[in-house]
Amino acid sequence: MSSLSVSEAEKKTMSNVDASPAVKVQDVSITYRTTFERVPTFKTAIVRFGRGERAVREVKAVQNVSFDVAHGSAIGIIGANGAGKSTLLRAIAGILPPTTGRIEVHGRVSTLLSLGVGFNAQLSGKENVVLGGLAAGLTRKQVQERFEEIEDFAELEKGFMEMPMRTYSSGMFARVAFAVAVHMDPDILMIDEALSAGDAKFKTKAADKMKELATNSRTMFLVSHAMSSVRELCNDCIWIDKGKVMMRGEPKEVIDAYTHFLKVGADKAVSLEDL
Amino acid sequence: MNATSVDEAFNPSVHVYEPHKAGLPPLRPYFKALWGRRVFAAEMSRSGIRAANTNTFFGQIWLVINPLLLAGVYYLLTDIIGGASGRPNSGAAFAHLCGGLFAFYYFQGAVTTGAGSVVGGGKLLMNMAFPRMLLPLSALRTAFFRFLPTMGVYAVIHLVTKQPLHWVMLLAPVFLILLTMFAAGISMIFAAVQVYFRDTSSFLPYLMRIWLYLSPVLWFAEQAPKKFQAFIQYNPLYSLLGGWTDLLVRAKMPDAELWIGGVAWAVAALLVGSFFFMSREREFAVRL
Repeated sequence: MSSLSVSEAEKKTMSNVDASPAVKVQDVSITYRTTFERVPTFKTAIVRFGRGERAVREVKAVQNVSFDVAHGSAIGIIGANGAGKSTLLRAIAGILPPTTGRIEVHGRVSTLLSLGVGFNAQLSGKENVVLGGLAAGLTRKQVQERFEEIEDFAELEKGFMEMPMRTYSSGMFARVAFAVAVHMDPDILMIDEALSAGDAKFKTKAADKMKELATNSRTMFLVSHAMSSVRELCNDCIWIDKGKVMMRGEPKEVIDAYTHFLKVGADKAVSLEDL
Repeated sequence: MNATSVDEAFNPSVHVYEPHKAGLPPLRPYFKALWGRRVFAAEMSRSGIRAANTNTFFGQIWLVINPLLLAGVYYLLTDIIGGASGRPNSGAAFAHLCGGLFAFYYFQGAVTTGAGSVVGGGKLLMNMAFPRMLLPLSALRTAFFRFLPTMGVYAVIHLVTKQPLHWVMLLAPVFLILLTMFAAGISMIFAAVQVYFRDTSSFLPYLMRIWLYLSPVLWFAEQAPKKFQAFIQYNPLYSLLGGWTDLLVRAKMPDAELWIGGVAWAVAALLVGSFFFMSREREFAVRL
């Protein structure tokens, strides 16, 4: 019964925003071992063993990161490729638990971590939506209730929801994926590069929906390389580089610092090319 | 805030993620979430079956014809190679072959589809947090529903070949449950191994073929060749399939050693398989 009482308390705190943080990240480090082979097989493992090589490398994706995110804030996470942004989001979503440290998440999480992900192309759009909802822990009835909204929001041509998703264009994939993520009634929405696909009309629609969620005191994480969307949608910003938090603050200031940092790097790259 | 209307017992709105102790996720919440999302496993298996057209008329027919043809092939094989002209009771031999072979194909199907389940569910896995064990369990459900129609065929064969009917046959499902537990454990091991070595699925058919020949399907348990008799009982399927066919086909109570062996192997495989799977689970998201 304890979990119930916690959630009761949670409801109260969520009604008066900012009482307790939505996400607490305390001294989190994430290390994982992975292979850099394209397709790891037993055959190549044996060949490599014979040569005394190893393809497994340790990745220190996130190192000693701590921050709190208040309810109702829209936080942008920026940084270079491979800085650990997506890994951090995965950890907060519970997909990749941290190696050390502690993450506390208050509220239901819905994720959209890289596009097209989360779907089985052999199954129809509808089946995928249902499976996604059930995996997220909704009941069948709740998924059914949301399905119409999702269908409306995705605006696919008539009949496409019943077709296998391999017949979809990448833009249609993006629409369905986004529609599912925002209609799962999340307290915390995590979006990774979601606005990069889809046509201009859908991008505007998606941005509007995200603004709406943010104003409804939902918490939002947005990982993006498009500085304009971070500036427009977020009221808080974290810049991560090589697994460490470089800066936290107003989106404008952090983005300025980040672009300045990039320029310094870019100048070096240009001068190297000139040689 | 309607987000909190979700069943709170299974979706407590406060999640704490901490490093796994000894590589294992916290077990109580894990199994709670597993049970809470059983609908997902069922739906996943159901849509998989739909996608494979198994629920159409010809799909169903194929599920029955395929093992039946295989039984015919193996019957001919043992008849010719074994020179079974002097076989005392060919009806009993055929019924035994079918009963054993259908159960073995259930096991093989569960392990093969289970082995591919984690790699196949890759995209879902990278985007959502849920107990990964749902994937091999969903494959197990699929295998079970592909197995069910063959039991109808077996019933006909049992009656046509005039095999005995007795109340002890009602105990046969116990061995089916034990076989299911064993299959679940083995398929979890292979599902995890497949993530690290994608060619596991290429080895599996050979492994399964050898396992079939070493199990009392093409031969009766007591007919085990002399040179194998010393260690044949260490084959888990010796107890599991031996007990199953004893009850189902011959309607006789299996020996105590089959009961003990069957229970021991089923529990051991399920425990080892599920703990191995859970210990590898964290890495799936970065290995796919």
